Amino acid sequence: MIGKKDLEHIGWLARLELSEEDKEKYTPKLNSILDYFGEIDKADTEGVEPLYHVLPMNNVFREDVPTRSLSQEEALSNAPKNQDGFIKAPRMM
Amino acid sequence: MYENPDGVMIGLEVHVQLNKLRTKVFCGCTTDYHNDPPNSHVCPVCLGLPGSLPVINKKAVEAAIKVGLALNCTIEEHTQFYRKNYYYPDLPKGFQITQYDFPISSGGYITIEGEDGEHRVGITRAHMEEDPGRLVHEGTIDKSKYTLIDYNRSGMALLEVVSDPDMRSPKEARRYLDKLRNILEYLDIFDGDLEGALRVDANISIMGGQRAEIKNISSHKGAERALLFEIVRQKNVLRRGGVVVQETRHFDEAREITLSMRSKEEAHDYRYFPEPDLVPLKISGWAPAIKAILPELPDARRLRFVEQYGITDDHAKALTSERKFAIFYEDVAKKVDPKMAAVWVCDVLKGELNYRDLPVEAFNKEHMLSVIYLLMNKKITEDGAVDIIRTLLDKGGTPDEVVKEKGLLKVEDDIVSTAAEEAIKENLQAVADYRAGKEKALNSLVGAVMKKTKGRADARTAREILLDKLG
Repeated sequence: MIGKKDLEHIGWLARLELSEEDKEKYTPKLNSILDYFGEIDKADTEGVEPLYHVLPMNNVFREDVPTRSLSQEEALSNAPKNQDGFIKAPRMM
Repeated sequence: MYENPDGVMIGLEVHVQLNKLRTKVFCGCTTDYHNDPPNSHVCPVCLGLPGSLPVINKKAVEAAIKVGLALNCTIEEHTQFYRKNYYYPDLPKGFQITQYDFPISSGGYITIEGEDGEHRVGITRAHMEEDPGRLVHEGTIDKSKYTLIDYNRSGMALLEVVSDPDMRSPKEARRYLDKLRNILEYLDIFDGDLEGALRVDANISIMGGQRAEIKNISSHKGAERALLFEIVRQKNVLRRGGVVVQETRHFDEAREITLSMRSKEEAHDYRYFPEPDLVPLKISGWAPAIKAILPELPDARRLRFVEQYGITDDHAKALTSERKFAIFYEDVAKKVDPKMAAVWVCDVLKGELNYRDLPVEAFNKEHMLSVIYLLMNKKITEDGAVDIIRTLLDKGGTPDEVVKEKGLLKVEDDIVSTAAEEAIKENLQAVADYRAGKEKALNSLVGAVMKKTKGRADARTAREILLDKLG
């Protein structure tokens, strides 16, 4: 069961600001998702190899050959703020 | 047996940049960004733009296998990538692609010179991951208002080498780092001179306390300093009856102290899950072929030098402790007496370079050979040879020019002989003292000969001639 505290923690990890109303709304939603996983967990997997990836493939590689990079101008074009070629962001501790 | 009185246990996590690759780990951006403007070696993949897809660099996987084998690890049958989720501006995607419970290699060791002789440090695992971007703070990290970000480094191939907590002193930690760097350079997958090539986090605990993790260590010397400080700090806490708590601390390189990060101690909650954009790797089958072409490693080269060139183990150890030095020595040793080459390259040149904090590239190999030829042909004295090496390092030029300029050509024996006769005539008191049994009096006579020949006589020859003349 996910309680209000868990929801606040998950919100903090995702840097989402949640209003009281949001919390009321999302707690049961997350619990219903969790319940569904509970259903999946009930399946008998005795003797079944774990699946690590949904695609039946391994070993997809790229050769060590350079391709074109973006220009600095293109790279900065999506950043709300920049300075001297750097992207500028609020300080985080 | 080393007692380890404080019960020091040190484990290191070393982030090694595979910076000799041409491109990053999951995209084709080039790795030679070190002298370029910020954000000029980036693309949708390493900027984490929506819809971009990573594809792994085959050479990066090969390099990771090389390192694993060189560290005596097992190359795992199944290996895959995970997303490590956390919000920090150095990660444009909000997660780092790394490895978790299926690292590419694990269970190895490195042998170092320990407190009590040879000491084995276990390697828990060496796993692949992508490098985050570089953050620049205006002013200090705790005072600046905002963060400037350069994503050129973002997506560089990293190998995180995690050791067991097997080191028992800061000195052992430093030796471990030196050895690891040396092995990586022998493998030719890594240039340790580039900025950010090797970054260290250290875990350290002493008896009766919990472990602290120290971040932001950027040099081998820094690691030793940070650990020395941390041992004293933890001992003081315990002595005052306090508790050493588990925490992350930041090394302040300038002040040589560690500081508590004092962050809201949110327990790390990275919510690892398998990276859906990268399929698993089954590459343990590559290991035998890669092992077959693995270059000679430092320990093997040290043994070969002793055997092939007849030099002492101490010389061999010192010469092989840095790949570039070993190559320099071997090129010289092939052309002259290898034992003589060991003395001049190892004892003299290495000392002079260290004193000046210069790399081996600062000295021309041909010049070393010239100096040794001059010595072999008895054209210069040993003191003269040292003088030439120092002058070349400080002022440049060629050995011949220095010899000419400083008049270092050794004087003929008959000139030494004449000087010796004069010295005996002019220093009767010293002669009398010597004959009376004062061995030391001979030194002042040798000094007089050297003075007369302006230092160009070989001191040993002068001594022999004087002894001969004094009967």
